[in-house]
Amino acid sequence: MQLRPTHELHLRRFSRNLGLGLTLAAFVVLVFALTVVKIGRGAPMQGYGQAVQPQAVPTPAVPTPAVPTPAVPTEEGP
Amino acid sequence: MSDIGAYQGATPTPQDAGFGDYVELLKPRVMSLVVFTALVGLLVAPSGLHPVEIFAALLFIALGAGAAGALNMWWDADIDAVMARTARRPVPSGRLAAGDALAIGLALSGISIVMLGLAANLAAAALLAFTIFFYAVVYSMWLKRATPQNIVIGGAAGAFPPVIGWVAATGSVSLEALLMFALIFMWTPPHFWALALFMKDDYHTAGVPMLTVTHGRRATRLHVLVYTLLLVPVALGAALTALGGPFTLAVSVALNLWFVAGAVRIWRRDEAAAAADRNAAEKAFFRFSLLYLFLHFAAFLVEATLRSFGLGGW
Repeated sequence: MQLRPTHELHLRRFSRNLGLGLTLAAFVVLVFALTVVKIGRGAPMQGYGQAVQPQAVPTPAVPTPAVPTPAVPTEEGP
Repeated sequence: MSDIGAYQGATPTPQDAGFGDYVELLKPRVMSLVVFTALVGLLVAPSGLHPVEIFAALLFIALGAGAAGALNMWWDADIDAVMARTARRPVPSGRLAAGDALAIGLALSGISIVMLGLAANLAAAALLAFTIFFYAVVYSMWLKRATPQNIVIGGAAGAFPPVIGWVAATGSVSLEALLMFALIFMWTPPHFWALALFMKDDYHTAGVPMLTVTHGRRATRLHVLVYTLLLVPVALGAALTALGGPFTLAVSVALNLWFVAGAVRIWRRDEAAAAADRNAAEKAFFRFSLLYLFLHFAAFLVEATLRSFGLGGW
């Protein structure tokens, strides 16, 4: 069977589909790159999907009360 | 390939638009100005954004501008069809259905706003949403057909991109961002009125109340001069802030002298002189106005680059 030439309609549709495909692929790459950058620059994070790791969660520093150290008497007197 | 025969000789319907038609729907020429001014806003702002974040923010600002352009083409298809300058756009020429333009405009608006919020910050995303609303609703649907001041107020839509860029980089608005806004805002009226001076028939046919149609060409020439004079202190003021430096000021002084001279030339001409040389002065002023804005923002960028090397700036 003899193949007929491609109609202009097919060319238009092909250009639309190709353009959309490339755009979506570029969008995926961009979102991936953005995710890598955001995570790379982010603060330490804790995922709660599985086992909780309390040591991975940054806790606010709690100021410890100053405990006066008792004076230790020395053998040498004043 | 078995169905080709049914299409032989068929004329393309709106559903057969090519990818280029969709790109054209986003007004790529307008987008180029948006991209450039937003890029300057992003780069001159004091921030430590990663290049990928800058690229993403720029892309989604541009996409938002394109979405606003698509919504504008959907709404204005009727008047675009009767103006020679716009009759070949995808919707009025029949290559794309008006409903498709609306769908694309709305979808791209949503995508660009959400993605800018994720790539940069929520303030920038909110500003982009407001800009799209301002251009599509306030300018296109309301002002454009209602008042000869359409260009003056509607110019705000085109002035937002560098502010969005700045906010994407810093998270807040500052004097420098507002001055970049004011520069484009004040530049827009003389730019478009110069265009209207040699496109008068277009707007008249479409019934768009441009100043040339409602107040005549003499009044438009005066308005070009007045708004150009009002633009000068804004441009020089921007060059005197942290945006500028000696280099920017020198560029700005030269550009403003040239621009004012062009506006005076337009103001002094009568219609006989304009008709004699086919609006040569008006066309030259319009072309130079594009260069004027481009070089101002390029100077901001150069100044910021010089500053990073310990040169430039005040």
